[in-house]
Amino acid sequence: MSEFRMPSLGADMEAGTLVEWFVGAGDTVARGDIVAVVETQKGAIEIEIFESGRVAEILVGPGEKVPVGTVLARIEAPGAPVKKASAKKAPAAKAPAKKAPAKKVPPKKAPAKMAPPKPAPPMPPAGARLRISPAARRRAQELGLETAGIAGTGAGGAITLADIEAAAASAPGPAAAVPAAAPAGTPQASMRQAIAAAMSRANREIPHYYLSRTIDMEAALGWLEATNARRPIARRLIAAALLLRAVAVALRDFPDLNGFWIDGAARPAAHIHVGWSVSLRGGGLVAPAILDADTKPLETLMAALRDLVKRARAGGLRSSEMSAQTVTVTSLGDLGADAVHGVIYPPQLALVGFGRVQARPWVVGEDIAPRRVVEASLAADHRASDGHRGGLFLAALDKLLQEPETL
Amino acid sequence: MTAKGKSAKAQMGAAKKGAARKIVARKGRTVRTTYREAVREAIRDALARDPRVFLMGEDVGRYGGCYAVSKGLLEEFGEDRVRDTPLSESGFVGAGIGAALGGMRPIVEVMTVNFSLLALDQIVNNAATIPHMSGGQFAVPLVIRMATGSGRQLAAQHSHSLEGWYAHIPGIKVLAPATLADARGMLWSALLDPNPVLIFEHVLLYNMEGDLAADAGPVPIEGAAVRREGTDISLVTYGGSLFKCLAAAEELAADGIAAEVIDLRCLRPLDEATILASVAKTHRALIVDEGWRSGGISAEIATRIVEGGFYDLDAPVARLCGAEVPIPYPRHLEEASVPQTADITAAARALVRPE
Amino acid sequence: MTAAKGKVRLTRDSALALLAGMLRIRRFEETCAELYTAEKIRGFLHLYIGEEAIAVGALDALAPDDAVVATYREHGHALARGIAMDRIMAEMYGKQSGCSRGRGGSMHIYDAATRFYGGNAIVGGGLPLAVGLALADRMQGRDAVTACFFGEGAVAEGEFHESANLAALWKLPVLFVCENNRYAMGTALDRSESQTDLHVKAASYAMGSEVVDGMDVVAVEAAARRAVDAMRSGGGPHFLECRTYRFRAHSMFDAQLYRDKAEIEEWKTHGPVVRFTAWLRETGLLHDSDLARIEADIAAEIDAAVAFAEAAPWEPVEDLERFVLMAEVPE
Repeated sequence: MSEFRMPSLGADMEAGTLVEWFVGAGDTVARGDIVAVVETQKGAIEIEIFESGRVAEILVGPGEKVPVGTVLARIEAPGAPVKKASAKKAPAAKAPAKKAPAKKVPPKKAPAKMAPPKPAPPMPPAGARLRISPAARRRAQELGLETAGIAGTGAGGAITLADIEAAAASAPGPAAAVPAAAPAGTPQASMRQAIAAAMSRANREIPHYYLSRTIDMEAALGWLEATNARRPIARRLIAAALLLRAVAVALRDFPDLNGFWIDGAARPAAHIHVGWSVSLRGGGLVAPAILDADTKPLETLMAALRDLVKRARAGGLRSSEMSAQTVTVTSLGDLGADAVHGVIYPPQLALVGFGRVQARPWVVGEDIAPRRVVEASLAADHRASDGHRGGLFLAALDKLLQEPETL
Repeated sequence: MTAKGKSAKAQMGAAKKGAARKIVARKGRTVRTTYREAVREAIRDALARDPRVFLMGEDVGRYGGCYAVSKGLLEEFGEDRVRDTPLSESGFVGAGIGAALGGMRPIVEVMTVNFSLLALDQIVNNAATIPHMSGGQFAVPLVIRMATGSGRQLAAQHSHSLEGWYAHIPGIKVLAPATLADARGMLWSALLDPNPVLIFEHVLLYNMEGDLAADAGPVPIEGAAVRREGTDISLVTYGGSLFKCLAAAEELAADGIAAEVIDLRCLRPLDEATILASVAKTHRALIVDEGWRSGGISAEIATRIVEGGFYDLDAPVARLCGAEVPIPYPRHLEEASVPQTADITAAARALVRPE
Repeated sequence: MTAAKGKVRLTRDSALALLAGMLRIRRFEETCAELYTAEKIRGFLHLYIGEEAIAVGALDALAPDDAVVATYREHGHALARGIAMDRIMAEMYGKQSGCSRGRGGSMHIYDAATRFYGGNAIVGGGLPLAVGLALADRMQGRDAVTACFFGEGAVAEGEFHESANLAALWKLPVLFVCENNRYAMGTALDRSESQTDLHVKAASYAMGSEVVDGMDVVAVEAAARRAVDAMRSGGGPHFLECRTYRFRAHSMFDAQLYRDKAEIEEWKTHGPVVRFTAWLRETGLLHDSDLARIEADIAAEIDAAVAFAEAAPWEPVEDLERFVLMAEVPE
């Protein structure tokens, strides 16, 4: 017994309506006979049967609309073996699903016709819809910079690469240390550019106030000399380490001087990472961070300072050191200035400066004696703190330096 | 307009078989010549080298070529090798395809891209299709040359830039020689290619004069060229807009903006690598295309830059295209219809220094 | 049936070969119809049933080095040209073992070995190709000719006129074989041509042009031989208007609203197989046993071809982009 099915007459034929049978049950049919008429969207088409035999049963009557492949009648071969056309067997297997006749097509998926998109670099955490160029966003990510709060100079206020570089320079410069691709041009030139951008921005945006206090350094320096006398040269401390630690410890009580101004608010930093300014040969300035400076003993700070200066001058600073600063200290040491009236590196909240240590006549008790003093200055963001607070900080700093053995 | 060949350190993308080669401007003997003469020399050279090569098209023989490119070639090579055809674009382009199938290496000249529309069926349904559709049994080693572009006040039906349309079709290669060296050297390489190659010659380039190496020869037909190096913005262009971009780059340089100018040379396949390398360096891209913006090749290039260079971009990809009008006849309107040097300069400046 | 003028050597063997050629096409097409209804063959299917005399007769006049350009109704031409039936059937199925790697299907049979340039689905699209192929042969000093088959519908296309003009102008060896089956899909000839004597149109291009009874395989062959012989010795193109009729619809999915069943039945009574068989019997060239043997051979060949196609592999999807561009010119 074989099946005569609704034929497919066209690629877009999905179903047909049986209109008329020319044969009935019991009739003999021969291969090629027209046995019925089917109505399609194109009109009525006669359909032929491809085998010979006897019609055993009609299954679909006039007026019925059935999908292509539906069995219309059963045909009995007249005692002869199953006909030769092996093709006939296949439709039997395909009765159910008519939508996908290409069932024989191997189930391999088409290979991607287009190269798969290159894996995107991990996105930095997105704030609210920030207008920032992809290149700037990537650079900020490389530097570990928070992008929110950086003012944009691109079209429509978009943050551009230059803006990120400038922000990074406020935490020290973009120098050759960072492994990611640096813009073309000499490191010096681009550093200069970045510093210029940062300083301009600081001047533009941060309402500075300045305070200073002359601190008597005799106790500190005396202690230093005595300590150093007992140590081998390699382990000797320099004054800078004392200053650094004193600033860091003092800042513990002044979160409004240790942190950032971002998105209209002061955000105190959880740690105290002091950026220490190092001048580079050939011009240029970097202020790499000494992390958690308030928790490190003097020896450690000293070692860190030494290491940092060496690496800064050799160009081997890490990007985290370039971007982690929560406050910056500029000590001009013996360079000639009495005091530093500095510009804050945005988005930090303060810059602590130290002039040169010099001997000055000082009132001690009722006498006047020569004392080694240093002028400590504070440039601070008036949005985050006021002079009262700044003054208190300087007082605290002073106090710490009077008791160097506690540092 | 003089081509600034000297500044070009052309960097060709990797050829199919070999590694990238740098072509440095030669310092040897040069000749003063024009783009037109360079094309003529290329055809003459091909006819002389390979007996299978012949030139076929309207008025290429007796008339000497609509743009005088083939002047003198009929006298030199005879009627069999330099064939005038009737006005039957479909017929003779199809015949070119058949001749290529039959073992010849025809150069079919369609007078302009505007008339090629009559032959679009032969190009798209036969030339581009037969190799793939026959399962690789046949190749169609055919070259079709066409003049293209606007600038001579010939009005809408004679001013199209449809290279971008052709660049949409798989199975063909599309070239846009914009320099003397490319005008001279692309044809032979195209004839050696087993695939149908379309060469578009911008009408404003024929008179372009410059110095060409006396021994100028074949050049690769894949790969874009950096015609001018820069760091601030990538100007990506081809064909008739190249010299405008170079002029714009000069103006921008005076203003402190260093523009890099990329000559695509080949529109299909596009040399993505060179484009992306440039954008990685400059972070800004301005595409200059005489064709219309909507669905033009500028859209394809911009998308490839976004796809492959998104994180290098410091500004949105910009493009300067033909105005969405049929090109009008009066000079001032025609000029306003396609990007001019001043437009390019302004657009580039705006991208580098946004207000 | 009229005896043809010119050189047609009709031995018993060659006569039976002509009959077998036509029957082979006929049975192949019938099988394709069946396979199509069973969705083994997809897309469009255009059957040559009724027109077999033209392909068989004309291609018999060609040499192996000649070129052939045909249309989407080209299964008969492909078979008559000598392309293996199993490769044609596999192509119909879309299998990799098909002549075109399965890429073209019914409408795009190509075969380099027999210089068979398709299989063209754009009406009139193959004519300029034929002109070019003939041009290449002429320019390379070969005495090959190009036979270009097309329906009468193509005569309305601009490409027919451009190609006829070019071929005549340049005296190219193109045999334009117009298979006038009177209907361009559903449009009757007199509804689309101001001049329905198509050979007159061709003659106006200053080329040899004649009408041939397309139902008479011997007449077709004789006319083709005459034209081809003339062409080989530097002659120009020639046009044969072969008047014929297709017994089936334009394609499988066609309700044939545009013609009467009576007309079809009338043409079937003097179809190519009927007429030639009758004539062969009359002249004693054909015996029943011959016919039985021919049909049996054909049936076996078709069975084998279908089995071949059924078993043949699909081209891997990874190869999708192969041959978009060629690495070199083959051969």
